[in-house]
Parts: sequence; C-alpha cells; structure tokens
Amino acid sequence: MDDLIVKMISRIVIPFMIVYGIFIVLFGHISPGGGFSGGAILGAAMVLYTLSFSADVAMKKFPHSVSMKLESGGIWLYILVGLVGVFTADSFLSNQQGGFYIGNAGDLISAGMIPILTVGIGIKVASTMITLFHTIIKEEDHE
Amino acid sequence: MLILNIILVVFLIVCAIAVQHTKDLLGAVILFASYSLIMAVLWLLLRAPDIALTEAAIGAGVTTMLFIAVISRTGRMEK
Repeated sequence: MDDLIVKMISRIVIPFMIVYGIFIVLFGHISPGGGFSGGAILGAAMVLYTLSFSADVAMKKFPHSVSMKLESGGIWLYILVGLVGVFTADSFLSNQQGGFYIGNAGDLISAGMIPILTVGIGIKVASTMITLFHTIIKEEDHE
Repeated sequence: MLILNIILVVFLIVCAIAVQHTKDLLGAVILFASYSLIMAVLWLLLRAPDIALTEAAIGAGVTTMLFIAVISRTGRMEK
C-alpha cells in the first residue's frame, strides 16, 4: 500500500499510541489495564506501521531476530522475578515476604514486584502480536 | 441508562446474526468489528474498564487486521 494520506496520518497517530501503551503498562497496578492490554496496544501500533508503510520497511525496523529475543526475554523476566521469591521466602512469586518494596497504595513505585511483571508481560504480548502479523504478511510475498 | 443498555444489547444481537448471514466476508469482518466495539462499551457500562480496554484493542483492532490479511490471501466471497 502506498498512500500519502494514510502515511501522514499514521505518522502522527503512532507516537501517541506508543505513549498510551507504555502508560497502560506502567500504571497497570494502580489503574485499569495491565500487561496484556498495554502490550496489545503497543503491538497494534506496530501493525499499523506495517500496514501503512510496506512490510519490508517494518521488518527492517523490527526484524525477526529482535522480536524473537524480546519474546523470550519478557517471559524470562517473569520467571526470574518469580524465582527471587523462591530463594528469599517460601513460594514462587511471593511479594512482600520476598523483600520487595511495597510502598504506599496509589503511588507509581509500589506493590513490590507487580510493575516488573507487568512490564515483562507487556513486552511479550507486543512482540508476539508483531511476529504473528509479520508471519502472515511474509507468507503473502512467497506467491 | 437502562434504555441505552437495551439499545446496545439489541444492536449487539443484530450484529451477531448479521455476521452469520452475510455472504461477503469483508462485510462480515466489519460487522464483527462493530460487534466488538459495542461489546467494549457494554463492558464499560458493566464497570469492567479492564476488559473494555482489552476488547477494544484485541477485538476491534488486531482481530480485524488479522482477518483482513487472511481475506487478502484467500478470497472475498463465501463459496
């Protein structure tokens, strides 16, 4: 697709979508949203980029090797933060007993490990969505 | 608020039945996106903003894009 209006509109809209997705991921523990919703919005921004510019440009900007590493990196972050609880307290994903900083309810830095887990889930969901769409688009080119 | 709820639910059911009866697959995908949008508003009225966010991003956004990519690879009309 090579359309000037679509390109300009998506060039304006995509930064706001990315900022909104990061906001939802980071504020997942004190407001509606969380890792899955924010990651889906981040992935949708990249899918919009792929649709308005060509698939080759998007794949050069976000190649499959990077998305593969981000995908497994997100879930490894989740597992490693969960394993901290095994060694410092008695169970997987133990939050306050594991020595995480709890803080006051409603602050941005509070609730212990939950913001870190949310960031991990957000990275995983966003890169999974981009990989799915790029796989479907790339299949189209082989014919 | 009750009247708005009734209107939305009736529209939801009409959209769901129309998706099943449409022979044009692209039209069915657009109807399905509007179904997801109404469902997101209904989740918001049911005080579940979490689910509404996810429904608006996944149902109306990503699912529609994936379906349209599949339709562009196969055919537009139902056999």
